[in-house]
Amino acid sequence: MASVLRFRKLCYVESAVKCTSVGYESFEIDEKLDKKEEDVLSANNFALEINKKRKQPKRQPKEWRCLDSCCWIIGYLCTTWWLLLFFYHCLPVTLLRVPELPGPGVRLKREGLTALHPVVLVPGIVTGGLELWEGRPCADGLFRKRLWGGGSFTQIFKRPLCLLEHLSLHYETGLDPQGIRVRAVPGLVGADYFAPGYFVWAVLIENLAKIGYEGKNLHMAAYDWRLSFQNTEIRDHALTRLKSKIELMYISNGYKKVVAVPHSMGVIYFLHFLKWVETPPPMGGGGGPGWCAKHIKAVMNIGPAFLGVPKAVSNLFSAEGKDVSYIRAMAPGVFDSEILGLQTFERVMRMARTWDSIVSLLPKGGEVIWGNMDRSPEEGHVCDFSKKSHSKTSLTTNNVNNSDVKRGFLVKDLANYGRIISFGKPASVLHSSKLPTADSKEYSRTSTSENFNNFSCGEAWTEYDEMSRQSIQNVAADKAYTTTTLLDLLRFVAPKMMRRAEAHFSHGIAENLDDPKYNHYKYWSNPLETKLSDAPDMEIYCMYGVGIPTERSYVYKLSPNSRCKSIPYQIDNSVHGEDGSCLKGGVYFADGDESVPVLSAGFMCAKGWRGRTRFNPSGIATYIREYRHKPPTSLMEGRGIESGSHVDIMGNFALIEDIMRVAAGATGDEIGGDQIHSDIIKMSERINLGL
Amino acid sequence: MSFLRRSNGADSSKTRVGDPNIEKDGAADDDKKKDQCKIPQRRNYGSKKWSCWDNCCWFIGFICSIWWFCLFLYNTMPDSIPQFVTMAITGPLPDPPGVKLRKEGLTANHPVVLVPGVVTGGLELWEGRHCAEGLLGKRLWGGSFGEFYKRPLCWLEHISLDNDTGFDPPGIRVRPVTGLVAADYFATGYFVWAVVIANLAHIGYEEKSLYMAAYDWRLSFQNTEIRDQSLTRIKSNIELLVATHGGKKVVVLPHSMGVQYFLHFMKWVETPAPRGGGGGPDWCAKHIKAIMNIGAPFLGSPKSIALHFSIEVRDIAALRAQAPGLLDKDVLGLQTFKHLMRMFRTWDATFSMIPKGGETIWGGLDWSPETETVNNSAKKGTDNSTRNTGGNGNICDTKGVNYGRLISFSKDWAETHSSKIERVDFKHVAKGDKLMNSSNCDIWLEYHEMGNRAIKAVADHKVYTAGSILDLLHYVAPKLMARGASHFSYGIADDLDDPKYDQYKYWSNPLETKLPNAPDMEIYSLYGVGLPTERGYIYKVAPPSDCSIPFQIDTSVDGDSEDSCLKGGVFSGDGDETVPIISAGFMCAKGWRGKTRFNPSGIRTYNREYKHAPPANLLEGRGTQSGSHVDLLGNFALIEDVLRVAAGATGEDIGGDRVYSDIFKWSERINIKL
Repeated sequence: MASVLRFRKLCYVESAVKCTSVGYESFEIDEKLDKKEEDVLSANNFALEINKKRKQPKRQPKEWRCLDSCCWIIGYLCTTWWLLLFFYHCLPVTLLRVPELPGPGVRLKREGLTALHPVVLVPGIVTGGLELWEGRPCADGLFRKRLWGGGSFTQIFKRPLCLLEHLSLHYETGLDPQGIRVRAVPGLVGADYFAPGYFVWAVLIENLAKIGYEGKNLHMAAYDWRLSFQNTEIRDHALTRLKSKIELMYISNGYKKVVAVPHSMGVIYFLHFLKWVETPPPMGGGGGPGWCAKHIKAVMNIGPAFLGVPKAVSNLFSAEGKDVSYIRAMAPGVFDSEILGLQTFERVMRMARTWDSIVSLLPKGGEVIWGNMDRSPEEGHVCDFSKKSHSKTSLTTNNVNNSDVKRGFLVKDLANYGRIISFGKPASVLHSSKLPTADSKEYSRTSTSENFNNFSCGEAWTEYDEMSRQSIQNVAADKAYTTTTLLDLLRFVAPKMMRRAEAHFSHGIAENLDDPKYNHYKYWSNPLETKLSDAPDMEIYCMYGVGIPTERSYVYKLSPNSRCKSIPYQIDNSVHGEDGSCLKGGVYFADGDESVPVLSAGFMCAKGWRGRTRFNPSGIATYIREYRHKPPTSLMEGRGIESGSHVDIMGNFALIEDIMRVAAGATGDEIGGDQIHSDIIKMSERINLGL
Repeated sequence: MSFLRRSNGADSSKTRVGDPNIEKDGAADDDKKKDQCKIPQRRNYGSKKWSCWDNCCWFIGFICSIWWFCLFLYNTMPDSIPQFVTMAITGPLPDPPGVKLRKEGLTANHPVVLVPGVVTGGLELWEGRHCAEGLLGKRLWGGSFGEFYKRPLCWLEHISLDNDTGFDPPGIRVRPVTGLVAADYFATGYFVWAVVIANLAHIGYEEKSLYMAAYDWRLSFQNTEIRDQSLTRIKSNIELLVATHGGKKVVVLPHSMGVQYFLHFMKWVETPAPRGGGGGPDWCAKHIKAIMNIGAPFLGSPKSIALHFSIEVRDIAALRAQAPGLLDKDVLGLQTFKHLMRMFRTWDATFSMIPKGGETIWGGLDWSPETETVNNSAKKGTDNSTRNTGGNGNICDTKGVNYGRLISFSKDWAETHSSKIERVDFKHVAKGDKLMNSSNCDIWLEYHEMGNRAIKAVADHKVYTAGSILDLLHYVAPKLMARGASHFSYGIADDLDDPKYDQYKYWSNPLETKLPNAPDMEIYSLYGVGLPTERGYIYKVAPPSDCSIPFQIDTSVDGDSEDSCLKGGVFSGDGDETVPIISAGFMCAKGWRGKTRFNPSGIRTYNREYKHAPPANLLEGRGTQSGSHVDLLGNFALIEDVLRVAAGATGEDIGGDRVYSDIFKWSERINIKL
């Protein structure tokens, strides 16, 4: 029965694809209802299915009868279905709706909160919708239709290659390819739902609406998240538009300052904006040095990727994340099969590498922040997320097992998070002195091009195709990379991409912030290379989930197949640590919200900007609000009202309440100041950064 | 439905794969007995005479299968095939203007602002009563009307405004949808601006250089600013567009009521704060290149009178005559008309469409600008003979039609010369002679407060012109008109410098405001001609009943001849089906032409008419040469004009005036001080 159901589910996806095409929207509704009715019908169906199964073998002897029976069964099912559908529609609307959990909006409204400060929402990477304004012939009829996000991804299923082509940017310029214009979907619809039923901002918007927010004091700063931040201004005037919108809201809401709520990558986008707006034209927005102080009350960063995310590394390096590599291990053929000409990974990687924005998410701050070969700020982190009480015992056993690499009295199996990429498990655990100390830069690219001629693959897809076998192996021979050497590695394997992207982003730490070179826009989105604006009354919040294992570093291996146009590296998901180890399926996990480690989300608010530092010369108040992840207790809760995961946290009632209170006028101290569950303060202390 | 196919497909593939599933076999065994019982039965008599029920099932199944099969084929078909088929039938289609002009080398130049009209803009729910739970952010108006057809009363409650304030009722917030999606399609597949946007995109426009000035079209114009700051937003967005396009001025495309809204905006923006936008006296000159008014009801539309008076227009009246019971049914508790009327009357914006300029513009009892004054031929030496021979451009035989009488009670009164009509003044007839059981009516209408005597008095007045129609409306709906009169005015200014004209209620009336001081600006009036347009009505008193609307269009009245202008109780004139030519064209043809007192800086005006041609075949959809009020937005000639101006052309470049109708002749007949 279970397998039957699973099989049916597969077919369901297929039929969904077929049905929900042009103009057949009603089918979508039907399908939704479908799901609900499934359980009700399953018993009914089962009998019928068996009937059918028994009849189908008879197809040979009596052709017409079998056909008739089929028709009869279909008719019967249809009628039953329609009847049920009819009843469903006849029922009063209130009766069937899932009893909604009273959101914080309702409660706070009863408390008497009303809309006060206008709110600007800044979506993150991937969640914003993109629509087509001009395309190649293969995208005929998709004018102003969503290519990405929002509605359904039907079109992606229908013509995947066409869509990939349209979503890619130009590899050299990082802007649109010739003849293609794909633009961000403006307005609240731009990022309220990512896919049908998968909310992003919708819950927050709904709750804000309850206390009186509406179009005029709620704005979604949609931007094209594929572009580098300065390019959104150059191509779309996105920053100018945001500035004008904020000024307009400030004026039309009775000179009330704006509360900005950026999410994920939107956080560094907004950081870029804050710097841009006060910089004189032509590079900046010319708002003058007091602009932020005048217009912005608070920046409430949700799941902030201030210092980057390690996920971006694996994404750029081999187009994988932990889930993808897991699937790959389960069904090795599916994604790689050449028969269908799919080569999904290669195509996805080719697309992702044209997106400058991913480079903005590479870990920033180098070894100072993310740790070097032998130490990292998270050191001593216990990974047994499910059962904390057992951690002590498991640690000691590990200690014994790994006695060969024991170093003094320290617990040694703890992950060397600093090695963000290591080739093979030994490389990830051995002490650095025992590792070969080769430098990838030694292998010059000139020698690779000679070898390249030996086996030509025609059109080069990714820059891996331009590398020789030898240099690919040399990279792997290097064994382990820290955040600093990682950048060298990426520059080596994808020189063109890094050259393009590094004109827009920088990943270092500033020695002297007054150096005039830091006026360049490429430093604006790196909190370690810019000063916050002079706005002492502003508040900065870091709000993020904790308690979910988050990818922190990877164990890689050389990809077994060596054919053309393939990615030569992949995560070695056969590597597992012992019980309670942080290593699972080739990925070291740390605490975080599933995408952003605590370190990246919390460090700036915990230490980098806390008090008056050189990064925060005017002493803007910072608050850390952590939300411990609790999985949804029942199915009714959907994705959970106490979730701490990167996107689902936008439906976390505690977080929504905090945002609403601040939007209604509260300060950080009034909502309770810091709220910390993780070791972020301790971790920050370990980071030795001149402030 | 897909569910069925799914289970179907699952099953067949299951058997094909044929992997023996233990669980399933076990279950199948259980069912074997049942089947054994069933199957022999069917063998016995099932093959020969199926029961009716079986036949039904078979039939439905058969239809469904074929339908799914077709659907499957349709969906797997490459997108180019329908185009190919169309091409095969109609021959090569002309390039859409965007593609054509792009080949000519036109590119996006001036940013474009679109101002939607009444009804076409989308509205969405931000806060609602209990009955609308779960519909937050859903469209109440426009789009698919999805969720709301199930709860019509709830919908009516939310879409109505407060009858006293003209704002939202407490606890309900319905707001305009913003962005291009607000009015690209009205309902699924029914385009409004979509074609214009698509063609603009062909020559390089995109989101950043297009702006849809969405506003709540139910509210009076000034109230959109008070509640939503809509005017401030438009101002800020236009300034932003000009700034991000290197100082290039915007081209504004208002449609329908948007025309008046933008007129209001231009006056508002130059008025100093706090009453206005404080943009300074040269704001329009600095920011606006051209205003291309599409289907412009500058002087209102007679349709709005019928809507206000009895919530009918030609089509509805005809429908009502066909099936008298259907819409009025009290049995089902529908009372559609009364509900609609109540909703409609709460919308202040509809007052803006009441004919402006009174008898001077719309004609008096015995003359109107559109007709030759046969009885009183002293006016001009026009020769009837040429008119009759060359009158092929006319919709109908206008001879002897008194268009000036917007409402007449019975056909006789519509035709008799004014000297023979005795009119009884109705204004002094006291109301309050209440119908005995009007308290039973659960729907509040001001008609219920009138009483029989008042209704009779109204009917006894016999004919109403554009001037007296206002008195009539004031009489039958005093509260409503009091609210409307504080936001709109319908007169003609004697002295435009009178300080009273600084008040915002005059701003949307072109006959009571001066255009801004912007000599480089251009004003276009683009409208369709060649369609019968409602111009006057014949009413009757409805058979008395407790709670109904006491007046109805008398659909039984038809003209004497074939091509008479009177059909089904409605006098038709030339226009675009909604706005008569006189309203759309007069200001640009005469009122603002040259330096007049309404246009002191001499802004150039152009009249561009588009002759209606019905779509040649079904494949063209709503036609590429349509002249009807909304379909005009898909007219290729109009789009081409718009694109050329947006790309930098002036009015002279695109050919100046283009006139098919007699608008210039008619304008001459209108005797107005300029």
